[in-house]
Amino acid sequence: MRCIRVGAHALLVEVADVAAATALFAVARSRDVRAVDIVPAARTVLFDGVPDVESLAAEVGTWSAAPTAQPEPAEEVEVPTVYDGEDLAHVARLWEMTQREVVATHTSTAMVVAFCGFAPGFAYCTGLPARLSVSRLDAPRPKVPAGSVGLAGEFTGVYPSASPGGWRLLGRTDLTLWDQEREHPATLAPGTRVRFVEVSG
Amino acid sequence: MTGRLVTVVDPGPLTTVQDRGRPGWAHLGVPRSGALDQPAASLGNRLVGNEETDAVLEAMVGGLALEVSTAMTAAVTGAHAVVEVDGRRQAFGEPVSVRGGQTLRIAGLHWGLRCYVALAGGVDVPVVLGSRATDTLSGIGPAPLAAGDQLPIGPPRGRPRGSDVDVSAPPPSPVTLRVGRGPRDDWFSGAALETLSRATYTVSADSNRIGLRLDGPALERARVEELPSEGIVLGAVQVPAAGTPLVFLNDHPTTGGYPVLGVVDPHDLPACAQLSPGDRVRLRA
Repeated sequence: MRCIRVGAHALLVEVADVAAATALFAVARSRDVRAVDIVPAARTVLFDGVPDVESLAAEVGTWSAAPTAQPEPAEEVEVPTVYDGEDLAHVARLWEMTQREVVATHTSTAMVVAFCGFAPGFAYCTGLPARLSVSRLDAPRPKVPAGSVGLAGEFTGVYPSASPGGWRLLGRTDLTLWDQEREHPATLAPGTRVRFVEVSG
Repeated sequence: MTGRLVTVVDPGPLTTVQDRGRPGWAHLGVPRSGALDQPAASLGNRLVGNEETDAVLEAMVGGLALEVSTAMTAAVTGAHAVVEVDGRRQAFGEPVSVRGGQTLRIAGLHWGLRCYVALAGGVDVPVVLGSRATDTLSGIGPAPLAAGDQLPIGPPRGRPRGSDVDVSAPPPSPVTLRVGRGPRDDWFSGAALETLSRATYTVSADSNRIGLRLDGPALERARVEELPSEGIVLGAVQVPAAGTPLVFLNDHPTTGGYPVLGVVDPHDLPACAQLSPGDRVRLRA
């Protein structure tokens, strides 16, 4: 773990991998950390709006030395998915499987939201093994419909709203992923456990 | 709808509703948003008797015209503009009384880029995730103003006050932005850091509320691999593939995958709001 100062009021904590970042975020949220924003990402957790960066850096160091009680398991969200995506056949070739085996693999993987980014409520879900990483499209599609379920790198993502995008599309869901009128606007917030469930279109 | 309203006669090039923004939601991918020149927005609110957290209009200069439904106090701050009510010149940076049916107009500019129009009672559009601000990156909050829009204005809160800061001085050229190095300054060559400190950059026409994009010498990377996406702070100086830096402003994305060389001192960010394409900038790391 490495703590890097970012300007006067932020600390970037670098860890080994995405699982460690997810775990660090969970620990930080379970403690009363004085920060306006705590932003997990692929290899880091950013603490922004921190009144005393030095003392937070010292404090974060003690978290790994003395592991705390595991935070309560987060809720699990099921994402009902129709697996008819434009890139399903391509992913099957990359994974050297049939399309049915791709669906079986994707629906049997216990996932967790590592972080959000790209758009409000756009969740980067981890759980697939690294050997199933897929590259993004060379040229992003100009418009990907809301609810599209796709793969990029080691992540599964669901588009909360229509946007341009380069993820490999496996299918689609009609689950509402973002509703800013709700107390918790993102259905898939960091730390949420996720399972994709096949439904018929 | 009855009561206190302003009707947009002409929105100018881009006018948005802004306040202190919506920090605290970055983990869900929500930008902070909020007025780029916070001191100017706060001054406008004080001048018309508002709370400093009330919503104002942030207008790129030239053309904004608002018709008020009923008498109200307004103040224009930020970019040093020519203010008119029904064609008659008014004071800049001071409370201005506008009668019902009259039109307040930003008619011209002395210097700067973004004006703030504060109206007594504040712009009372719905609060979304704790803020009334327009977020131009994600589309949260009210859309940028269009001709014919009607904006509700809250009840006046307090007595208008006179000007309390000197708003008459234009910024120097070039503007100097102080930059604290990190978190990824070690991804750049020593030559790049020297270049950064010597060069004068020019504000690009692509600049917007998301970032101040700079044209000038490219900054050489010492490490060329891809950086996994990481959280971004306000004022981050990011260096995308082309090598010329950009300074992230309030509508910046919450994460990014290009290295951030340093962070602009928060005291120097309001100046970024007032820089126009072609203006000269130095970064002092």
